[in-house]
Amino acid sequence: MELWNIFDTEWVPVGAWVESLLQWVVANFRFIFQAIKVPFDIVLTGLEDGLTQAPDLLILALIVLVAWQAGGRRLGLISLACMTAIGLMGAWEESMTTLSIVLTCVVFCSLIGIPLGVIAAKNDRFWMILQPLLDLMQTIPSFVYLVPIVMLFSIGNVSGVIVTFIYALPPVVRLTNLGIRQVRADMVEAARAFGASNRQTLYKVELPLAMPTIMAGVNQTIMMALSMVVVSSMISVTGLGQMVLRGIGRLDMGLATVGGLGIVFLAIVIDRTSQSFGISARDRGHKKWYETGPVGAVRGLMKKG
Amino acid sequence: MSDVQIECRDLWKIYGRRADEAMKAVLAEGLSKEEVRDRYDCVLGVRDATFSVNKGEIFCIMGLSGSGKSTLVRHVNRLIEPTSGEIHVASQRVDTMNESQLRQLRAETIGMVFQHMALWPHRTLGDNVGFGLEVRGVAPEQRREASLKALEAMDLGGWIDHYPDQLSGGMQQRVGLARALAADPEILLMDEPFSALDPLIRRQLQDQFLDLSAHMDKTTLFITHDLDEAIRMGDHIAIMNDGEIVQIGTPEEIVTNPKDDYVAEFVKGISRVGLVRAETIMDRLDGRDATTKQVQLDAELGEIIEHFMEDQTPVTVMSPDGSAAGQITIKSALTALRG
Ligand SMILES: Nc1ncnc2c1ncn2[C@@H]1O[C@H](COP(=O)(O)OP(=O)(O)OP(=O)(O)O)[C@@H](O)[C@H]1O
Ligand SMILES: [Mg+2]
Repeated sequence: MELWNIFDTEWVPVGAWVESLLQWVVANFRFIFQAIKVPFDIVLTGLEDGLTQAPDLLILALIVLVAWQAGGRRLGLISLACMTAIGLMGAWEESMTTLSIVLTCVVFCSLIGIPLGVIAAKNDRFWMILQPLLDLMQTIPSFVYLVPIVMLFSIGNVSGVIVTFIYALPPVVRLTNLGIRQVRADMVEAARAFGASNRQTLYKVELPLAMPTIMAGVNQTIMMALSMVVVSSMISVTGLGQMVLRGIGRLDMGLATVGGLGIVFLAIVIDRTSQSFGISARDRGHKKWYETGPVGAVRGLMKKG
Repeated sequence: MSDVQIECRDLWKIYGRRADEAMKAVLAEGLSKEEVRDRYDCVLGVRDATFSVNKGEIFCIMGLSGSGKSTLVRHVNRLIEPTSGEIHVASQRVDTMNESQLRQLRAETIGMVFQHMALWPHRTLGDNVGFGLEVRGVAPEQRREASLKALEAMDLGGWIDHYPDQLSGGMQQRVGLARALAADPEILLMDEPFSALDPLIRRQLQDQFLDLSAHMDKTTLFITHDLDEAIRMGDHIAIMNDGEIVQIGTPEEIVTNPKDDYVAEFVKGISRVGLVRAETIMDRLDGRDATTKQVQLDAELGEIIEHFMEDQTPVTVMSPDGSAAGQITIKSALTALRG
């Protein structure tokens, strides 16, 4: 009997609805999404051009110096080893592309995520609305929104940055919110008691005290961005992810391994360096960042000279 | 009176979303703190507090934990908004001030010291102490000069470029005091400033503060949950219970004449030797002759007892003009000592 198998018929055509909605948005509002691409495009192109066109050894030296400055001599050496390995494997060009995509993503996640987190910490209702959105962004499998993203933004590296941005934004928002809320109430009260405005309290007391937590959020965001590298290569994003994808497609185990190792080495360098940025001056024995590392050494020399 | 520096009138604070409703009900039915909590899910923080503090004095607010002391002082610089009532500070009306007037008042007129120091760990002592000047836009050199001066007054001049976590608790609280004094405010609010310190250090800081306030002419609102401390520091003491001020008086008045059982319970273990004065416990002479054992009107109980060491004949109390004002028998001295 028909009644026993009612679910043979599609009663609620969700698929068709979404399809036509998307078509409608694409037909009428595509220009908005193209406009959104512009700032991402500018930053990404700038970074990518810089990183790929400059001499390899110069970039290598720069990365090592930054790592040394942030995390001390040991981290400098680790970075040197990792980046040299990438270069020797022949994945330098691709790793620079990936690095620029990850950095662009971090720039935008911080630029948008930290203010969102601050507002969320100040406004409970805003946080109530934001929280499920963040959950959604993190839990929807990224494959699901690859299609609409492509339809709205088309394919390529910039779209890759946007996909990665959506996936990697939540941690920095969450941890900024947490960090600001965790600042001891009497620290904030003291600032107010000495005549600070809300803005001054935020910049002089709350943000500095929340900074280690915020940086932990940025670090997580970076790691999530890196984990999107392979997925986003499905929408023609170049770089290390594409090496892996091509390797899998052609059953070329060598190519996939080179790409995979490249991602791992790059992840080590970026993760350690960004973690070191999060360590507060208090834990470094109250030394300012410019009093340590290569900059400190140069300053020391200049003072002597 | 013109020399009243801080005055609160009919001040109420009820925490919670239904504060106004709860307030009406309290006024109409006289609900207790528990009833307000159960019926309106609000907390009665301060109940109808009225008090005034004269220029130059140290006014102590004393009470058990949760009695509303912190809530009450935070109204003076309006860190907490009153539910109703008036607040006057340095002949300005605080409860109707706008945001910028309020910030100016906090930065220039009122300094505050906190129970757990509340020093900012990411700032040097100099930057901690100079914060009030910084938010007012004072130039860095001037700020540093003022910070240094304030720190030196606390014997911490050499620590100006160090960080709070490099200091001991007692030193940190001296920084807290320096921070409150840096802008040279007329008024100090001190919320249990010495409670977190061990007894010896606490004693030292009390002495240092008394010494300081004796020649600085500041008006101080001093909170403590320790009656001994209140008696040592205070020119006047207000005792709070469940948000209400139950008694205001000089230390001697509080100790010799507690108003109710709650106050009496506090006063029980307090030594009267340095508190009770001859004037308070003397009897009339009733025509008897003055003895050779003589004390002044304001002599403390300790001095009077000294006179009974040799023999037990009464002590004569002399007024400043040299005539005998009254006498004290050993019996009334001992009664006063017992309390
Ligand atoms: N922000 C707040 N929200 C709700 N209730 C509060 C708030 N702050 C204080 N209270 C309540 O107000 C009452 C008085 O608290 P207050 O902190 O003023 O007491 P206190 O005398 O300073 O106590 P302590 O000696 O422990 O510091 C308490 O019952 C407390 O629960
Ligand atoms: Mg308190």
